Amino acid sequence: MMFHRFANPTRFLRFAAVVQPWIAWITVILFSLGLYLGLVASPADYQQGETVRMMYVHVPSAWMALFCYTGLAAACAVALIWKHPLAELAAKATAPIGASFTFLALVTGSLWGKPMWGAWWVWDARLTSMLVLLFLYLGYMALNNAFDDPGRGAKSSSILALAGFVNVPIIKFSVDWWNTLHQPASVVKMGGPAIHGPILAPLLVMSVAFTTYYLWVLLIRIRREVTANKVRALQMRQATRGEQ
Amino acid sequence: MEGLSAFLDMGGYGQFVWPAYGVVCVVLVGLMIESRRSLKSAEAALAALKPGDEEIGP
Repeated sequence: MMFHRFANPTRFLRFAAVVQPWIAWITVILFSLGLYLGLVASPADYQQGETVRMMYVHVPSAWMALFCYTGLAAACAVALIWKHPLAELAAKATAPIGASFTFLALVTGSLWGKPMWGAWWVWDARLTSMLVLLFLYLGYMALNNAFDDPGRGAKSSSILALAGFVNVPIIKFSVDWWNTLHQPASVVKMGGPAIHGPILAPLLVMSVAFTTYYLWVLLIRIRREVTANKVRALQMRQATRGEQ
Repeated sequence: MEGLSAFLDMGGYGQFVWPAYGVVCVVLVGLMIESRRSLKSAEAALAALKPGDEEIGP
């Protein structure tokens, strides 16, 4: 039974050992390039001036916040339906990364909002739904750790994560459904991006850098969860051996 | 030097641009360090439990 339980995670560990150094180097190179393009090589925006440079960290953070939550909900669904052990670990490993991206989107957005809108924070649809996303991540993490039995924690928190997924389309379309200060989508839209090339390039490079960073940390955190599970299994085995 | 101070000033928006990049840097580097530390301590716990008990893995 043990062999079966660790079959997939063990194969994953071997895969992670090969892939991780490559992802690490790609991430470092992409961040260097993205920072150079974003801070030095790209021009200031004709309307927003130099504050446009905040877009290169704000938009990738917000995209990744949604991307991670979609991944979290998908992993939770797989874990609930097929009881796949690796999916459960992937969900648990994704949550703190997604929460960090959501936090960054909120903070960088606040720093951008002050000079552009004149306020650090407004209770508008996009901002409020992003704040709800942060609480969903934190709620998932808290519930996951709330039980002595890790299986029960995983199950309860997975249900919460799936129910919370309704928030993702709300965030995406909040700028179309409600009157808001936040500008609507300008990159992924009908008829192609409405952003000028020299400003679009650093945005895309930084977005890919954020994605490879996510994969890098995700690999490390899944390896951690697999190892922690092995420790738990060994401890239980030693405890039952001690009772005999 | 003038170029550098103009770069840091960011057209008067330096006080917003640099903290934004700073907080991103701190959070991403911090999360990476925390994740690596957590993996190392789990691996140490596994090694300490039973060095010869590896057959449970593969």
